[in-house]
Amino acid sequence: MNDDIGESARGPKRGQLPFAVGFLAVSAVLAALLWDQTAWKDGKDLFSQARFWPAVGVFGMVGFTALHLWHLPRKRFARPDRIEGRNWLFVLEFVGWFLAYVWLVPLIGYLPVTLAFAAALTWRMGYRSPKMLGISLLFGLAVVVLFKGFLQVRIPGAALYELLPGTLRNFFILYL
Amino acid sequence: MELLTEFLAQVQASSGILMRWDVGLALLVGSVGGVLIGAIPGVGPAVAIAILLPATFSMDPIVGLTVLLGIYGSSMYGGSIPAILINTPGTAVNALTTYDGFPMTTRGEARRALSLAYSSSFFGGIFSVFCLILLAPVLAKIAPMFGSREIFLAALLGIILVVTAHRRQALIAAAMACLGIWLSTIGLHPATYSKRYTFDQAWLSSGVNLIVVVLGLFALSQAFILLMGDDEKIRLTKLKGSFFQGFRELLRHPRVAGVSASFGVVMGMIPGVGEFTAQFMSYTYAQKSSKRPEDFGHGSSEGLIAAETANNAVPGAAMIPLLALGIPGEALTAMMLSVFYVHNVTPGPQLFQNDMDFVVALYLALLILNVLVVAFLLVATNQLVKVVKIPNRFLGVAILTLSFVGVYSLRNSFSDCLLAAGFGVFGYILKRLDLPVVPIVLGMVLGNIMEVKLRSAMARVKTPLDFIDRPIAAILFALILLVLALHVRRVILDRKQRKARAWSTSHASTSFAANLSRRRSFLLTERGKRLRAKRSKFSRPSTDES
Repeated sequence: MNDDIGESARGPKRGQLPFAVGFLAVSAVLAALLWDQTAWKDGKDLFSQARFWPAVGVFGMVGFTALHLWHLPRKRFARPDRIEGRNWLFVLEFVGWFLAYVWLVPLIGYLPVTLAFAAALTWRMGYRSPKMLGISLLFGLAVVVLFKGFLQVRIPGAALYELLPGTLRNFFILYL
Repeated sequence: MELLTEFLAQVQASSGILMRWDVGLALLVGSVGGVLIGAIPGVGPAVAIAILLPATFSMDPIVGLTVLLGIYGSSMYGGSIPAILINTPGTAVNALTTYDGFPMTTRGEARRALSLAYSSSFFGGIFSVFCLILLAPVLAKIAPMFGSREIFLAALLGIILVVTAHRRQALIAAAMACLGIWLSTIGLHPATYSKRYTFDQAWLSSGVNLIVVVLGLFALSQAFILLMGDDEKIRLTKLKGSFFQGFRELLRHPRVAGVSASFGVVMGMIPGVGEFTAQFMSYTYAQKSSKRPEDFGHGSSEGLIAAETANNAVPGAAMIPLLALGIPGEALTAMMLSVFYVHNVTPGPQLFQNDMDFVVALYLALLILNVLVVAFLLVATNQLVKVVKIPNRFLGVAILTLSFVGVYSLRNSFSDCLLAAGFGVFGYILKRLDLPVVPIVLGMVLGNIMEVKLRSAMARVKTPLDFIDRPIAAILFALILLVLALHVRRVILDRKQRKARAWSTSHASTSFAANLSRRRSFLLTERGKRLRAKRSKFSRPSTDES
């Protein structure tokens, strides 16, 4: 089976079917919830109703995805689909890394967590030489100094910074 | 003439804005940063703009927009470097540059190819800015003619163009645009104060933030793609000598450069069309009108000029629908729209009437930007090519680290990060399957515009025909019908071609080997299995079992 390019659609064939079926199922559930999740106010015209545009969105999703599914070159699940599905699951590891980073910053602090995150993920990706780990630490430091120190983006001071003595605590909360 | 004199007075007034140190710094950071980002394959301007968006909210609108515009306008210059040297486009729109750029490198003409790419890009960029400057007074006169119904129709036309531009993927692109429209409706409905798809969750009451979606779909998904992929081994060619020869060579092809830049400007102005169409049209034109069409794809200087001129003429032109009507034509301008909204600046006819200084300052910033980028590239290309060597998976680590700043600094909300991660996985799946991502973002932005404008337009409409009784509304409606008709025609022609191909392949060969192969595949099909099962009823069981 040619798994590279479909005849009638662009892109690889693998994974197209599970994606279309999953997206159609989610769209259908959202369409079924339309009456529960939106209101209809009497006396207002159709285009001013709160329900009108969500209906355009969800019914468009259902209709166009159903037609897309109908036009797919292969309509039976095959081994490449299962392999592709497994690949989608593997990416959840990095979602976990990202969410752990988000969770730890308000507790431990932007600078220490960024340094640890950059170095640990660099190690995990197989770059284990002192040079690459050093570059990752420098990169983490540069990101914190640039965004929080220089551009003053809104990232709150960590709970751990409260334990630091007076002036150092203020400096860490404001800049790191 | 009067219009031009008026405009020149505006230029004088606006130059004061550009004299500020923070605007100058933004120009420098945007142009150099954009070139660097463009030169690294796998990052691209969308990722960089998505990450930097929240950081620009604390800046003055002109400063923030200059940084983003700098990245947008200069990334394609940088993207040509890996396209020419290692056959990998730095940004998606540099794909056509590889056709002629890389063969030139293999011939030992890397320096000539790079120099041609820079000079063509510079010409395209400057040409589009001059077109903008010439068009500005006209736009200022036309823009006020756009009322609610015209803006609604223009947004609808934009969404239809985005969907139909995805050839052989229009159905799923339409589904993605509808997803964007649905996402834009989540939260409190401003006219009736009723909740829509909030599932009684407080964090959904204020709606889904566009930047969270953009960061997930562009930045996080790209990080996941890089982290899940492999590093590539890269061998770079040494570059020696001057980069000025390309400017001399460009002067020998004024027709190709002029027509390609015009294609870029026209396609850039039309929402949803953009760089790809402009490039392919100008490349096809250059090939058809060339004295040596056989050289195209094998290192033709005309091909390289056509591709690079057309794609760099687009960013300037893409600002026209954004500034004049408040309608973004692609994902990058959609992101820039959020910067306007954050600062309570509403792009559209009023901006041209009340804040022309600001508009002209943006045009001038684009002009200066192109000069800065070329000056930087002429001096620093030899050092710049080293960024191509950054390993892919390490880039993934860097993008994931930077994405955190983008999402978390918005509202310091864990749920925003969770939502962005969800969109990251969704974007990752879409990219793996080569399905369109951009319609989601444009659906979100244009869906919101369509909802507001249709509501206010319908208040003054008694019969359906009233909706198109004004000349611009009628033209836009006719264009919508024309685009849909052309799309249907193309789908029918495609289907006919596919059928013809299927027929010709099924009768292609009558050789013994082909017959044998067809017989084998027939026997392996379900029909074959059924036939064999039916026949086995009449045949004796296998001797092995007896």
